[in-house]
Amino acid sequence: MEHAIELRHITKTFGRVTANHDVSLSVRQGEILSLLGENGSGKTTLMNMIAGIYYPDSGEILVDGKPVEIRSPKDAYALGIGMVHQHFKLIDVFTAVENIALVMDKHEKYDLKAIRAKAKSICERYDFDIDLDQKVYEMSVSQKQTLEIIKMLFRGAQILILDEPTAVLTPQETERLFSVMRNMKADGKSIIIITHKLHEVLEISDRVAILRKGEYVGTIETAEASESTLTELMVGKKVELNIERPEPTNRHLRLSVHNLSVTNAEGVRVLDQVSFEAFSGEILGIAGISGNGQKELLEAIAGLQVTDPGSSVLYFPDDDRDSTAEQLIGKTPRDIRGMGVHLSFVPEDRLGMGLVGSMGMVDNMMLKSYGKGHSFFADRREPRHLAEEIKEELDVVTPSVTTPVSRLSGGNVQKVLVGREIAAGPSVLMTAYAVRGLDINTSYTIYHLLNEQKKKGVAILYVGEDLDVLIDLCDRILVLCGGKNNGIVEGRRTNKEEVGLLMTRLQEKGGIA
Amino acid sequence: MSEKIHAPHEPLMRVVKRGETSSKLKIGVRLLAILLALVIDALFIYFVTGLNPFAVYGVMIGGTFSTTMRFSWAMRDLSSLLLIGIALAPAFKMRFWNIGAEGQVLMGALATAAVMVYYGGKVPNWLLFTAMLVASVLAGALWGFIPAWFKAHFGTNETLFTLMMNYVAIQIVACCVNIWRGQASGLGKLNMKSKAGWFPQIMGQRFTINLIVVAVLTVLVFCYLRYSKQGYEIAVVGESENTARYAGINVSRVIIRTMILSGALCGLTGFLIVGGRDQTISTGTAGGNGFTAIIVAWLAKFNTFTMALISFLLIFLEKGAAEIASAYNLNDFASDIIAGIILFCILGSEFFINYKVVFRSGHKEVC
Amino acid sequence: MDTLIAWILRAIPFGTIIMYGAMGEIVTEKSGNLNLGVPGVMYLGGFAGFASAYLYENTVQNPNMAFCVALSLVCAFLAAMAGGLIYSFLTISLRANQNVTGLALTTFGMGVANFFGVYILDGRTATQSMVYKTFQSKLPALSRWGILGQTVFGYGFMVYAAIVLAILLHVFLNRTRTGLNLRAIGENPATADAAGISVTRYKYLATCLGAGISGLGGIYYVLDYNQGIWATTGQIEALGWLAVALVIFTTWKPLNAIWGSYLFGLLYWLYQFMPTLLGFSVPGYITDLIQMVPYVVTIVVLVVTSLRKKREDQPPASLGLAYFREER
Repeated sequence: MEHAIELRHITKTFGRVTANHDVSLSVRQGEILSLLGENGSGKTTLMNMIAGIYYPDSGEILVDGKPVEIRSPKDAYALGIGMVHQHFKLIDVFTAVENIALVMDKHEKYDLKAIRAKAKSICERYDFDIDLDQKVYEMSVSQKQTLEIIKMLFRGAQILILDEPTAVLTPQETERLFSVMRNMKADGKSIIIITHKLHEVLEISDRVAILRKGEYVGTIETAEASESTLTELMVGKKVELNIERPEPTNRHLRLSVHNLSVTNAEGVRVLDQVSFEAFSGEILGIAGISGNGQKELLEAIAGLQVTDPGSSVLYFPDDDRDSTAEQLIGKTPRDIRGMGVHLSFVPEDRLGMGLVGSMGMVDNMMLKSYGKGHSFFADRREPRHLAEEIKEELDVVTPSVTTPVSRLSGGNVQKVLVGREIAAGPSVLMTAYAVRGLDINTSYTIYHLLNEQKKKGVAILYVGEDLDVLIDLCDRILVLCGGKNNGIVEGRRTNKEEVGLLMTRLQEKGGIA
Repeated sequence: MSEKIHAPHEPLMRVVKRGETSSKLKIGVRLLAILLALVIDALFIYFVTGLNPFAVYGVMIGGTFSTTMRFSWAMRDLSSLLLIGIALAPAFKMRFWNIGAEGQVLMGALATAAVMVYYGGKVPNWLLFTAMLVASVLAGALWGFIPAWFKAHFGTNETLFTLMMNYVAIQIVACCVNIWRGQASGLGKLNMKSKAGWFPQIMGQRFTINLIVVAVLTVLVFCYLRYSKQGYEIAVVGESENTARYAGINVSRVIIRTMILSGALCGLTGFLIVGGRDQTISTGTAGGNGFTAIIVAWLAKFNTFTMALISFLLIFLEKGAAEIASAYNLNDFASDIIAGIILFCILGSEFFINYKVVFRSGHKEVC
Repeated sequence: MDTLIAWILRAIPFGTIIMYGAMGEIVTEKSGNLNLGVPGVMYLGGFAGFASAYLYENTVQNPNMAFCVALSLVCAFLAAMAGGLIYSFLTISLRANQNVTGLALTTFGMGVANFFGVYILDGRTATQSMVYKTFQSKLPALSRWGILGQTVFGYGFMVYAAIVLAILLHVFLNRTRTGLNLRAIGENPATADAAGISVTRYKYLATCLGAGISGLGGIYYVLDYNQGIWATTGQIEALGWLAVALVIFTTWKPLNAIWGSYLFGLLYWLYQFMPTLLGFSVPGYITDLIQMVPYVVTIVVLVVTSLRKKREDQPPASLGLAYFREER
């Protein structure tokens, strides 16, 4: 079978980091190829080289058997290559039609009406539900993704690259996307889909190519693959998939959240009257399709979100339920700290919120504690000590504790962040997507750290996206759907189907366990 | 398939980000940039005037170093420029583009002059100086506070806002000068007879105090930014507002506080210029230093000691050009051209510190 | 009534100067480049236009005035573009900071214009190019149609050219593919890049052409508004900053520049006509405060748009930021 695209000995480095090393792989005409690999294995970088975003340091790319040079996205378009990036390449203040016009072939006449008509016919053919005259800043995430795909189809893409397209979609939307992909395959188009969801790999693709730490491992026919063989190829060695889950001990009420609501800047109620309780010595998982209020929930508790009237978050400092509770709503992070509440928070955006990228470990250690004491000047001895300690204990790979943390790899960045938050001796620890983008080993380090905290009697809120991990790690799982508490299930007794159902279908009466 | 796709070959040159940059390289690149600028300037001088550039450069050095008087004048002008640069450092470190130093200095100068005009000779000297100081600092702080408040609360673009505030300040100064001069054609030195509000002469110069203040502030602001808690907050806010909020830093407060500080230091500069240098005020009191200082602060990457070096370089050029002008019958504007070329070269050289260019043939690296 | 006409007759030419400056800067800023070198660029344009006309007049026996006008316009445009090119090279290719580079360009442009200006002045405080008469020539029939003719048709051709240019720019930005691409770059260069648009080429072209258009403001000032007189003053610098203010005032829309610039002109000259218009005279110092009004109005517009948060009225989202594809 002829190869639609073939990569030969591609190498790409960024500074001292090698993103891809001597990668060779090929895509056949009219097939769906899954590109599988852990986060940081170089999948996106490799695809960006096909799409003309990056230029390889060495190696060559062949399209339809002919060597080509892709120096810009324009070259890629000319070769019929289109990529839907994880971060959408859309202009917010433009309408859908204007965004489509932007990628139009230069030889075609610039006529917005004709573009609109052609786009409409594509929409009808694939049953896309989108208002072509809407401004992008008014669209939902899935509408934006739809627009991206329409753009590529409009441009006549023969080779379509989708970078983790399902990460932002509901199961129904995912199904729809898959059926579109099958249609395109039937049209003879080649599709590369980047993902790390194994069941999706097995469901949609013809073959699977695997990358590990920037290197090409191999390609296998999906029919011959199973979740375990793929995992093995991906991580390189057999990894114990069991996550430790100690029984909660000394369980006491720590947080009582009642009717917590948040309305965002666009006037949408992203968190709707959520109530639940969190206990010391247990991990409360929070599941939900991304963007269903997880971020707002944690940020509201941390004092970073303005909440609607009637919201309440009570903190119980002692192990005694009748002790005086502290109201956290209406307080700033500093107020909360001032009240003696040890609230630690590992946010989703590590370098954009949890850490300061341009500062070294030392300065990052003092991010929350720099204000201690009455001196006008900041004390850097303690943070330095702490930084050395975390570097030692968590094996943080960094040239020095003063090297800007933005130069570290994703896993090391997360170790620095989690290390600091745990070192603060929290009584409540909230983590958002704590293992996103980390390799298996680092992920297990993180699970282990969380369990240690659990044993120490910390109340842990774990927002996660991987259901297997949530079910294996957490004592209870709260499922958010449409910003509502859609039920709390016991981690030991539930299964993926139950949680998956709660994530996608809102219960009649917001069931509170 | 399109015919435009050529046979595979690497592009002629590509730009790659440097991993780490040694301080040797940083200094080397900057020295090269200045050298390049001097060569361009020499060519310019030669082709425009036909003069021997080396002789011209010799004369230029004399502009600052030929006599003690010249040197002390250079120091005097350096102090104004450097002080504004120091004033801008906290704001810039916070990534707050305070383009309004010119106006903030003018407002400080105006407040100083107003105190001199209305209270000169009527109150004891110590009280007069205190009032001048306080008034200038408050006026500068106010001019910094206004755009900061809007930035903090509504996200109003500070670059454009502070830029506009300059011209508001200039017109206010023009108005006051107009009132004070009365029927006279210009506003001469204030309190000419009583010398009330004039700085005392120390070592023969009134501006000795200015030099001392600048020296002290260079150290103080350096320490403030590097070692104080507030300096830390400024760095965090400058890097990411989200992180700052996460850390419990009140971003609005830091923005406003820092801009009040920045404006206040600019106001203080106005006080020093009026009391220690000019003893009068005009719309040209800040003399464009408010803009030049932006370049100084930026090139020095907010390090006040580096600022001193860069300020000195610029003042040296200005004095040198003036010297050339009088020696060869040219005009002062040569200094703007020479300074412009040097600034362009230094600005451009930053690129080679952060990136390297890789050429196709044999991966030759050029820095 | 006469005062009102006189006022308008002053305001429109004044507005035209900054209209050119602002239109050039709008084109530049639409590409995401905030060029604070507008005053410098206007200086370069004004001086090159003047110098070319002056030298041509004084070297050729029977100068052809139409040619002289064309020559000065081309020279002004090219000189200003050269300024834009320096800025482009530093900020786009070498990724230098835009604010700082712009300010350095202002210093440099003023320096160049005044330095060489001194040679042309040759010891005099001011010198005049006669081509201003051609610049100021009016349509003979129309400009005599009473009040309407005076206020509408009573100006040199560059006043009308500015209006036409504003309309053309509006059409260009909103109705053409190139305009769409340019706006996309100013909003989100990474997206434009992914769409196959050459960000670097657009930024260079927009910045250089924008500088050229701004430079026309300089030449209009010298050869029409100022009656062909060149003198070493700081006047053009103030006009350049006013042009930057006008860009904000128009919320980056060329059509708004037409009435916005005339409004600025009216506000600027208010001080001279207010006494007769309002029937009482004001002391001299008040006039200084009145001249402040355009800046204050701009600040008000800036604050109001940031308060209303209407997406379409905001500055281009990537304004002031350098773009580097391989950034990570």
